[in-house]
Amino acid sequence: MSTPSGNESHLALVDGSRLITESCVRAGADVYVGYPITPANLIYAYSSRRFPAVLPAPDEITAIHWMAGLAAAGHLPITATSFPGFALMVEAVNMAYMMELPMLVVLVQRMGPSTGTATAGAQGDLLLLRSLISGGYPLPVFCIASLDDCWCLPPVALQTAADLRSPVVLLTSKEMAMTERSLNLRRLEEEMKVEPIQRRFYDGPAPYCPYAADDGWVPSFLAVGDSHHQVRLTASTHDTHGLLQHSTDEALANTRRLQEKVETGTPVIYDLDEQEGAETLVVTYGITAGAAREAVAALRAQGTLVSLLVAQTLLPVPAAYCEILDRYPRVVVAEENLQGQLARLLFGYRLPRKLRGVRGIGRMIRPDQIAQEVKGR
Amino acid sequence: MSDFLTTPAFPYCKGCGHHLIARNTVRALEALQARPLDIVLVTDIGCHGIVDRNFATHTVHGLHGRSVALGAGIAMGLPPGNQVVVFIGDGGATIGLQHLLEAARLNVDLTVVVHNNMLYGMTGGQPSGLTPCGFRTVITPEGSTLPHYDLCQLAHGAGAPYARRVIGQGDFSDALREALEVEGFALVEVLELCPSHGVKRNPGLRLKELARRVGYELGTWSGEARPAFRLSYRKESPSLLEVKGVDVRFAPLLEARTAVVLGGSAGEGVQRAAEIFAQAAMASGLHVTKKGSYPVTVGVGFSTAEVVLSRDPIAYHGVSQPNAAIITSADGLQHNLGRIQGMDGGTIWLDESLEVPETGAEVRVRDFRGRAGPRNAALYALLNFARETDTVAPEALVEAVRESPIGKHVPTEILEEATS
Repeated sequence: MSTPSGNESHLALVDGSRLITESCVRAGADVYVGYPITPANLIYAYSSRRFPAVLPAPDEITAIHWMAGLAAAGHLPITATSFPGFALMVEAVNMAYMMELPMLVVLVQRMGPSTGTATAGAQGDLLLLRSLISGGYPLPVFCIASLDDCWCLPPVALQTAADLRSPVVLLTSKEMAMTERSLNLRRLEEEMKVEPIQRRFYDGPAPYCPYAADDGWVPSFLAVGDSHHQVRLTASTHDTHGLLQHSTDEALANTRRLQEKVETGTPVIYDLDEQEGAETLVVTYGITAGAAREAVAALRAQGTLVSLLVAQTLLPVPAAYCEILDRYPRVVVAEENLQGQLARLLFGYRLPRKLRGVRGIGRMIRPDQIAQEVKGR
Repeated sequence: MSDFLTTPAFPYCKGCGHHLIARNTVRALEALQARPLDIVLVTDIGCHGIVDRNFATHTVHGLHGRSVALGAGIAMGLPPGNQVVVFIGDGGATIGLQHLLEAARLNVDLTVVVHNNMLYGMTGGQPSGLTPCGFRTVITPEGSTLPHYDLCQLAHGAGAPYARRVIGQGDFSDALREALEVEGFALVEVLELCPSHGVKRNPGLRLKELARRVGYELGTWSGEARPAFRLSYRKESPSLLEVKGVDVRFAPLLEARTAVVLGGSAGEGVQRAAEIFAQAAMASGLHVTKKGSYPVTVGVGFSTAEVVLSRDPIAYHGVSQPNAAIITSADGLQHNLGRIQGMDGGTIWLDESLEVPETGAEVRVRDFRGRAGPRNAALYALLNFARETDTVAPEALVEAVRESPIGKHVPTEILEEATS
């Protein structure tokens, strides 16, 4: 028997929202800007008790602009929302992307379209995130696939936001944010300690150039209000000084850099559980990872050879995924949407014959659905 | 040339009032003996927003109509000593009115300068919310038939300590200086005419005469002086991991993974009872998940809890066909009817007030509501479940109830009955 013990006095019933919030605070996020929306309300509630500073905003457009202003002033702000609220934030996420401001948006998916069902989970926003930035520029997106990820991924997302000077989305869904599970909290404290992320600010003697990336793809950061250096930020096409330009070579080079920055700088995180001899690879992300793990365990117990890839870095799509997918003659992609959003992200609209999809809405994908598809050759 | 400028050649059309606003802003800043790097100038989309390169201050150029919200974030995030100046047009003030009112309500330390030329100049001269009645635009060639918003009065009504409307002619730097000296939110609305669209379609129009005719009252609206809104930092807060732990002190009875559905009515403690049951299972060394389902209204209709118990870690917590369904009310039955009808095994515990549905599960009818009352029916049903099954020991559940926040309010007799 495997009991959830260890140090039993720290065994507790916790939901994902609690861990996400605590992890963000420990990692150094200092301001939570909130606007209520189901199923992200628990994160707002926990944040109001735990964050160093909390700002209740009057609407989502204000919320994301306050975040951008706070980020420009040197803070590391976060918010949590769901599609209807996130839709209102899209223009300003583009602004923060262009201004190169670090921030984190926890996107808790619920079933759409539109307001859909606020209390039903979903995995329906991946392709929205793929095309969120006008021009098709990649936005870093990480996805929580387990309760442990609720603890481990926020620091990665925040560090990425700081390192890349970029808004970052941490994707999850209602079933992860709101379902309670037994967990040994002592294990989090002792074996999975969350350290404050590292931030670097410009401190050179030369005049600060807010978009000059001398040592790579990411310009050094300095907050507006600095008493020694002028800081210019702009959402419009601009040169390295932050001055608006129409389409000069310098400005276009700056815009091209944004793509390179995110493509090369986003950490690649995934969980690959390969079984020797397996010809079928199950690929999944987010809330469906739990069902996939149980399906794979059950299949292996029955003697079926099968491998599993759980994607935690969703965007930009890591090249490693393509290499892994190419190794298997058969791929089963499981996800809680009708379109096969991850499948299309990985394979495009001409889905190959080797691909099988397990899809659905309104209910979590079950382990037996995945197992059936793996066996159904 | 002023220290606040990088070049005195502003990028505006000849005759545009924006020239004067920029010059008067510089005069006001100089009069206050501010340093350029003490100032953050926040602009947005519109002709007013292309002035960044002229200023030697910090400059932030954002989205159309959002400079007040963006500037508010900056002002809240900076320590006192920096001054945030927001430039916005009348079109921007229209689209971003909520941001403006909220910044006034909070009293964010901002000076907002509204370039009110009464139309959208950059996009061809369309009317904004500040276009007054009778003013001709490309969309309203006969003159607008609608009244304009009175921004000063709106800001004043929202709590702004200072709002002032001036004609954008000559030296009006005193208004801007006064605004900059305000602790908190200050708004200066400058009336001007766009030479390319406003003057062209309203030839011979005089600003003072227009202001008088359409009710653009000139003057100052003073509000109550209040401390400026600052980001308040809490020094310490308890870790969210400091939750009441559970000691494993009962032997696990359960062998195979078991999914239990508890269905009842909102307000009858269904979710709380399920949480207590989950605590008891944890005290018995089991892995547990607990999911709640209820309408967004929370206080009316069904309330269903799904609890999964297992000796092994639970990766998937969904419950399609439960091993046990415990139903205490008609709401709970209705919400779970589909899966109860789909059960081809397992057991259902049903309150005796309810009609027995068609199902392949064993049905055990019990009196939950009558014995324990609606408020305790769900908890009582779980105590009964523990007594009748080898899932969680009744003693473990009774102890979990006693240790819970509702422990003192649960009638002793139903706890004693569970272990009798």
